Amino acid sequence: MSAVRVLAGTRKGAFILEADGKRDRWSVEGPFFAGWEIYHINASRVDPNRLYASQSSGWFGQVVQRSDDGGRTWRTMNNEFAYDGVPGTHQWFDGTERPWEFKRVWHIEPSPVSPDILYAGVEDAALFRSDDGGEHWHELAGLRNHRTGSGWHPGAGGMCLHTILFDPSDAQRIYVAISAAGAFRSDDGGANWKPINRGLHSEYIPDPNAEIGHCVHRLAMHPAQPNVLYMQKHWDVMRSENGGDEWHEISGNLPTDFGFAIDVHAHDPETVYVVPIKSDREHFPLDGALRVYRSTTGGNEWEALTKGLPQEHCYVNVLRDAMAIDRLDSCGIYFGTTGGQIYASPDGGDSWNAIARDLPPVLSIEVQTLV
Amino acid sequence: MIRVILPAHLRVLANISGEIDVEPEGNPTISAVIGAIEARFPSLRGTIRYHGSATRRPMLRFYACNVDLSHADSESTLPDAVVDGSEPLLIIGAIAGG
Repeated sequence: MSAVRVLAGTRKGAFILEADGKRDRWSVEGPFFAGWEIYHINASRVDPNRLYASQSSGWFGQVVQRSDDGGRTWRTMNNEFAYDGVPGTHQWFDGTERPWEFKRVWHIEPSPVSPDILYAGVEDAALFRSDDGGEHWHELAGLRNHRTGSGWHPGAGGMCLHTILFDPSDAQRIYVAISAAGAFRSDDGGANWKPINRGLHSEYIPDPNAEIGHCVHRLAMHPAQPNVLYMQKHWDVMRSENGGDEWHEISGNLPTDFGFAIDVHAHDPETVYVVPIKSDREHFPLDGALRVYRSTTGGNEWEALTKGLPQEHCYVNVLRDAMAIDRLDSCGIYFGTTGGQIYASPDGGDSWNAIARDLPPVLSIEVQTLV
Repeated sequence: MIRVILPAHLRVLANISGEIDVEPEGNPTISAVIGAIEARFPSLRGTIRYHGSATRRPMLRFYACNVDLSHADSESTLPDAVVDGSEPLLIIGAIAGG
């Protein structure tokens, strides 16, 4: 019997929700690490019992937790994220220089080949790797030391590396995205990087077509079509056909193209989901109606998915890491809100149910398909 | 033996309850006490003071004998009442919020 496990990181702890393949009855466990911000909790695809959580606090800093039994027990791992060499400076909001300073781990991505190899995207933006299950961390400094690195600047949420994608057809190819520097790609396993932002247009920077400085909110990829990337930028939903070398806009008929989350259907690389948010000044759904939009044409043509979602007086946000999919035959879509709801659709977005309703603000959602 | 009271979140992280006793190496300073805490509870490394610089995290404070030691030299000897065990060293999360 198949099952689904939802891993939710929230402002005040982690929660684990489980259901069988019908996805109509959910158990809720938690809070784990109560009172701490859990920016991300993620699982190895090689070993489904291996989980990692990024636990942080303004008082006590960063903690990394690891579970070897699917979340029943946890142990604290190494939390020393030391930048390679002399870190130097990046740009602050006002263009002054600011020393690179580690603040927190935004995203943990276990490698597709080993549960003991994992990557951490951190603020101030850098990529770290552990080869021993979190016992030690080292920086892949070629990213931050890119010639553009000293010109990167933070977005409103901080200068965070929030997306890490592996190309399943090329073990050497890795994508990352940084707010507000842009998207980057490595073709040699993370040693060297290049910006992949051609085609992005951002009116809020001095040169709207600049090589860096774009506030990329999230990237998504379907494993069967790894050269096709989708992006939710600050404004604009974008698509690349060639691994990020060039991008074109696919916002089409979306009512607003601002947003954070984006993901791809498990079995159809041309079916994409976004949650439009009114604007960068008003981080809530347009007209107080929570709508997921689905394109089955790889973008441009979008339909609103509303069944089961609140269509009035709804002023929550859906953050960049708070949407995920399962891989059951009828693909499930999941997202969490800053109002503490987790919505699930067992039918590809046609209908939705709140599987948790009163959690702390949801920062991240990951989903494991267990068979 | 130095008595130490940790913030609730750190007690949970270290899987302890109540106050703890630590035996610092050498002169009983704040730095030595934190070193002894970290040695006994490795999960607390980096949560009281930064890795590398070993400076106090800015939203934590150190109190003892009704005195704020947060800005004292971390290599200076703790008050006699802390050293003889009659008073604890308090590590406090700074008050923040509404």
